Formats: sequence, C-alpha cells, structure tokens
Amino acid sequence: MNFLARLFQMIGKEKSKETAKKRLQLVLIHDRTDISPEMMENLRKDLIGVISNYLDIEEDKIELDFSKEERSVALVANIPVKNVKRRAERRAEPA
Amino acid sequence: MDPRIIVVTSGKGGVGKTTTTANLAVALAKAGYKTAAVDGDIGLRNLDVVLGLENRIVFNLVDVVEGSCKLQKAMVRDKRVENLFLLPAAQTRTKDAVSSDQMLKLCDELRENFDITLIDSPAGIEQGFRNAAIGADEAIVVTTPEVSAVRDADRIIGMLESMSKSPIRLVLNRLRPAMVKSGDMIDVKDVLDILAIDLIGVIPDDTAVVVSTNKGEPLTLGDDSTAAKAFSNVARRILGEEVPLLDLDSPDQKGFFGFLRKALGL
Ligand SMILES: Nc1ncnc2c1ncn2[C@@H]1O[C@H](COP(=O)(O)OP(=O)(O)O)[C@@H](O)[C@H]1O
Ligand SMILES: [Mg+2]
Repeated sequence: MNFLARLFQMIGKEKSKETAKKRLQLVLIHDRTDISPEMMENLRKDLIGVISNYLDIEEDKIELDFSKEERSVALVANIPVKNVKRRAERRAEPA
Repeated sequence: MDPRIIVVTSGKGGVGKTTTTANLAVALAKAGYKTAAVDGDIGLRNLDVVLGLENRIVFNLVDVVEGSCKLQKAMVRDKRVENLFLLPAAQTRTKDAVSSDQMLKLCDELRENFDITLIDSPAGIEQGFRNAAIGADEAIVVTTPEVSAVRDADRIIGMLESMSKSPIRLVLNRLRPAMVKSGDMIDVKDVLDILAIDLIGVIPDDTAVVVSTNKGEPLTLGDDSTAAKAFSNVARRILGEEVPLLDLDSPDQKGFFGFLRKALGL
C-alpha cells in the first residue's frame, strides 16, 4: 500500500471507541427488546394489515425501527399515507 | 445506619468483582463500620486469597446455611483491620449446595450482626448469581470498558432491577486513560450513556492491583496507588459522602519523576 492510500485510510478510519459504542448500542437494543429480525418482519406485516383498514399507505416505504432513550426503547414507525379512506374520515368526525 | 447488604456483581467473569469486594470491605471496616465480606462464589472461592485470609479458614458459608456451624464461628476475623470479617465460600461444593431460602435466612442473620455486608457474586446469570443477589438490598455492578463486559452488565442490571435492588450503581474498572485519550477505549461517559445507571466509581487499570493480589493485601489497607485511592473513594460514596471523581488523565504523579512531570506541566 502506498503512503497516500495509507494516509487516507488513517484519516477515514473511525476510532475504535466509536465503533465499540455504536456496536454496543445496537446490540443492546436487540438484547433489551428480545425481538428477532423475523419477529420484526411479522410485526411489520401485521401493522400494514391493521393500518390498511383505515388508510392507504405506501407499503414499501414504511420505516420501522427501535429508537432508544435512557434505558427504555421506543418502536418508531414512519408510515407514508397515500390517501385517507372514507371510512376513516367519518370516524374522525366529532360524534 | 440501618444494616445494608450490597451484592457486587457483573455478568461477565474476570472484570474485578472480587478485587472490588475485598478493597471496599477493607475500606468500609477502616471507616469504622462492622463489615462482613461474603464470598458468594460457591465452589470457586477467591475472596479469601484476595483478602489474604486463606490460612485462617475453618468453616464456610455452606456449613452455616446447613446449620452445622454458627455464623459467628465461621466468620474469619481480619487481624489487620478492626471490624472486618470474612465468610468464605465452600471450595469443594457446587453452587447447588445452597438454596435461595437459605441465602435469605443467612442475610437476615448478617443484618443482625453487621453494619455492612458485601457479597461477592459469581459470574453468570444463573442460580449462583441469584443466590448472591437475592438477600441484598443494593447492588454494585462492575464492568470494564469493553463491549462484551458492558453488554453483560446491561443484562445483569435488567435482572437486578427486576429483583428490585436499589440503588444499583456502577464501578467502571480497569480504565486506561491513555487509551481513552487516543480514542481506543470507551470512556466513562459512553458507558453511562449506554447503561443509564448511576456511577459510584472509576478504577484505573493499575499494576498495583496485581501486586496486592499477589501479597493478599488489599490496596485499601494503606497503599498510595491511584487504584487504592479510587477504591477508597467508592467506599466513601457508599457511605453517602460526595467525593469528586479522581482525575485519571494525569500521568503517574508518584515519585520524583511524577513530580517533575507535573511541575513541567507534562
Ligand atoms: N483495576 C485493575 N487493574 C489491574 N488489574 C486488575 C484490576 N482489577 C482487577 N484486576 C485483575 O483482573 C483479574 C480478575 O479480577 P477479579 O477481581 O478476580 O475478577 P472477578 O471476581 O470479576 O472474576 C485479577 O487478576 C485482578 O488482579
Ligand atoms: Mg471473583
């Protein structure tokens, strides 16, 4: 490896402590919630099913992930809506 | 002060539970509190050698819970420090020799006889850990600044929370300030961010620890190393004193060269 390449590698390289911290944060989210990727996928499918009863959503643009705060973890879903179904509109009206 | 029982635990092995237990027990006894150091690592006893009391053991924890020996008789009194007593683990038995009920009963008896009891827990999350923790009021979780140790600490903290231990506080052990500085070791703040529990002390990685273990003389007996001071500070915080964290960043400040270095601002 020539000098320049090595220099670039050094500059671009993240400090190992940063790597450690990121890896820990990720692994702990899964440790703490105890949810496997497979369960996440099922949850996603179920969510789509339920929400589609009320809203037209862009299924392939759904973002579903955990965000952590202190020792608690929140499930954050970003679900783009294409259209609100009529049934949902009626429900939203005050009784 | 109401009697207190504190379990010293970690999840991962080899992070410094026994070292911490020994040093805190000595420091608390020196502060005038009648202190019991209990080795909860049944089958793999260590606290006796780290405390330097291995030659004085006659009875052990299993003898006491089985009723074949009174607690007072099994406790080894430390002749170097007033107020310090060790309840050794059994070496030739397994952790299954003790039940949770027996541990709870033992803790009640310890509470009647001592101001502060420290229980050195085995590694792991199984029965041995549960037994060590079950009768404790509070917990000290020891971790090193490494991914695997912090991960296991998180698991243990969750379990201690579900066992309603309070407070649960962290000792960050074997910190190497030079590595933190160069970005190759996670720092106190990172660990606290991740684990979100209260810190009770930071202990530097210090060759003095190894020397003291070789000799069976805990640092808090009177060593002047940074680690000794750090352990003493943890003991003072246990007793409710507000003690600022040591500045571990400064290079070795001992001796003439340390003095010179400091004087020259190096
Ligand atoms: N702060 C420290 N600096 C240097 N060595 C340490 C430190 N803390 C612990 N050690 C060493 O690490 C090893 C494991 O410590 P120990 O207290 O037996 O851990 P555990 O009880 O958690 O298994 C021992 O050899 C001990 O001397
Ligand atoms: Mg140990």
